[in-house]
Amino acid sequence: MTLTATRAAKHISGVLTRSFSTTRVAAGTQLTVRDALNSALDEEMDRDESVFLLGEEVAQYDGAYKVSRGLWKKYGDKRVIDTPITESGFAGIAVGAAMGGLRPVCEFMTFNFSMQAIDHVINSASKTFYMSAGLIHVPIVFRGPNGAAVGVGAQHSQCFGAWYSHCPGLKVVSPYSSEDAKGLLKAAIRDSDPVVVLENELLYGTAFDVSDEVLSKDFVIPIGKAKIERAGHHITLVAHSRAVLLALEAAKALAGEGVECEVINLRSLRPLDERTIVDSVMKTRNLITVEQGWPQCGIGAEICARIVESPAFHYLESPVIRVTGVDVPMPYAKSLETACIPQQHDIVKAVKKVLKIMK
Amino acid sequence: MLSKLVKSVLKPSQANMYSAWPGARRTATLMWSDFWELSMRLLSPFMTSSVRNITAGKTATFETRPYKLHKLDEAPSATSSCTREEALLYYKQMQVIRRLESASGNLYKEKAIRGFCHLYSGQEAICVGIKAALRPQDAVITAYRDHGWAYVMGCSVTSILAELTGRAQGMVRGKGGSMHMYTKNFYGGNGIVGAQVPVGAGVALANKYLGNGGICVALYGDGAANQGQVFEAYNIAKLMDLPSVFICENNGYGMGTSVARASASTNYYTRGDYVPGIWIDGMDLLSVKEALKYCIDYCGSGKGPLVLEVATYRYSGHSMSDPGTSYRTRDEIQEVRQTRDPIMLLKENILAAELVTPDELKKIDSEVRKEVDEGVKIAKSDKEIAIQELAADVYSEPLETVIRGTTPFDPYTHMRLSKIINPH
Repeated sequence: MTLTATRAAKHISGVLTRSFSTTRVAAGTQLTVRDALNSALDEEMDRDESVFLLGEEVAQYDGAYKVSRGLWKKYGDKRVIDTPITESGFAGIAVGAAMGGLRPVCEFMTFNFSMQAIDHVINSASKTFYMSAGLIHVPIVFRGPNGAAVGVGAQHSQCFGAWYSHCPGLKVVSPYSSEDAKGLLKAAIRDSDPVVVLENELLYGTAFDVSDEVLSKDFVIPIGKAKIERAGHHITLVAHSRAVLLALEAAKALAGEGVECEVINLRSLRPLDERTIVDSVMKTRNLITVEQGWPQCGIGAEICARIVESPAFHYLESPVIRVTGVDVPMPYAKSLETACIPQQHDIVKAVKKVLKIMK
Repeated sequence: MLSKLVKSVLKPSQANMYSAWPGARRTATLMWSDFWELSMRLLSPFMTSSVRNITAGKTATFETRPYKLHKLDEAPSATSSCTREEALLYYKQMQVIRRLESASGNLYKEKAIRGFCHLYSGQEAICVGIKAALRPQDAVITAYRDHGWAYVMGCSVTSILAELTGRAQGMVRGKGGSMHMYTKNFYGGNGIVGAQVPVGAGVALANKYLGNGGICVALYGDGAANQGQVFEAYNIAKLMDLPSVFICENNGYGMGTSVARASASTNYYTRGDYVPGIWIDGMDLLSVKEALKYCIDYCGSGKGPLVLEVATYRYSGHSMSDPGTSYRTRDEIQEVRQTRDPIMLLKENILAAELVTPDELKKIDSEVRKEVDEGVKIAKSDKEIAIQELAADVYSEPLETVIRGTTPFDPYTHMRLSKIINPH
């Protein structure tokens, strides 16, 4: 992860201009989400021999999105396994391997394909500990890119955050930054329960500043805790995955107009960090949720319901508004696709409506 | 009289008359120790004690039923030896299961068991025969017709019956029910048809990865045999040479659909195509046992998976809500009961070979009756677990302590009560 001089200079100036939240950043290193995930896999496989990776093209192809680059070369056929294109079969096999004493990381090339294996994720994996009264645990990770990409059409663009986070017995994380990706994937692998890791293809190539702590072999982020990416006092924006980027961009634009948004990066969808959201709403009194998935029964709907049931309800100055993907299957044409995903201007408009800056 | 005595030791089993395969014979081969016994019997009228003791450790050898092979040159052993102790054990195990399932049927009719209840009566020789060959490092996974399996894999009769009635002494505390019974090396108990097959291949993968030499037996029915994921499991198991034994318990019907109506090919032992297969008469316990010994040897030497088809029959319907007579005749069921019942077949064999006496078997029958009756009593009288325990063991590493109740006003607290038994 070494840099050229120009990139270093760019980075340092970036550090100085950006406002930060909880993570202390020592100037120095940029890490892409892809490399963060790669390091997480590498470090956890190095640390624990029972951890292994299976999925389509993860070995000799270095990963469809190159997330597993170099791992097969380093660890060999036993630990990095190319599977045939049979999601139901290999997901079931991964679950059995977890029951039998291993710690599999089962990659879905995208989570759209997980629908073929969803019975194994839910019925074979997530419910088993409970049905067996705690006798049989299933320490498995299901990971892969989730949600809208670019130009891939309706069957390859669905967000599964709502579906998976609906189910007790699962833990579900949705990283945004490289720090999130590394810390959450490592936590997921070390966790003894089934964890779904919803990555985002468009973020794989994005570089983020990371501290030395993030680069260390034991950097783990607790599952179930959100991060306040940007502090603010006029309104709370809650998002996960790539929507965090959109929320931050909107917050930046709004700051120029004197509106200070508090941006919460959920990091985990189950458990959902209700406490952090409630505390923030009690401070700002206004809430907008931002997600790329569909609105009905979505993450925003869940957050809204929780806020309404919480003490924060009485602090709200206006109704909770959800900013979501448009309620249609994803079209292919570029302008339509762009219109189907919340953009910065959608969030800005929603904030202004909620704060009654705009009619 | 001498010839009569000799004949009583040497005569072929009367099972010949009931055999569904004409020409099949069962003969007990005399071991040299039988000559000792023969002499003793000659002398016994002159002895004071009339109680006949059968020598401990006595062994008899039986012929196994013919196997059918798919892409294999060698068949499992044509003979199977059985010691006296084994004979008593197998008889007892089968009788326990038969009685247990009968008791379950009655409990269901009394509404003490709710939901689904799938009975194994008629198929006992399979789980007892397979378990007889398995070693401590081997694992089993099956579908929902799992009560007999739970028993042979180590769950007590009481823990099975109490699980069926949903009480605290159930082996999973009443949280699983009929279809979700688990114990060490036994991964259930699975409700989704076919799902257990790739999961079983995964357990085999773990065994191979960890180098513990264990196989994993994954059972499924003739109905499940057409599931896509089963073929996906065959494929990966063959590619990776997994120590997987895929076993189709073909009882002729997938719920109400006969095999001919469900499967374009009913040769389930060949359905693995590139995976070699064996067809076995599942009513003959020792044939099943020998086949599994063969599999352990085969898979254990890294040759990869095998697909077995065990021909069997279930006396009951698919489940307790199915009388089992709308899609088959009562005559058909009766015919199997009278001519091919697995317990009857074993009994005849071991009696004819004089491994055991009729009195000993009667004694076992009454012990089994007692054991199951006591289990039923407990299953009916035991309490359910406390309501609060519905929030126990959702996660092995809970991250939240609060679990939402039916309203936000009455949350539960997540509890960790169990000790994990699968490898970790």
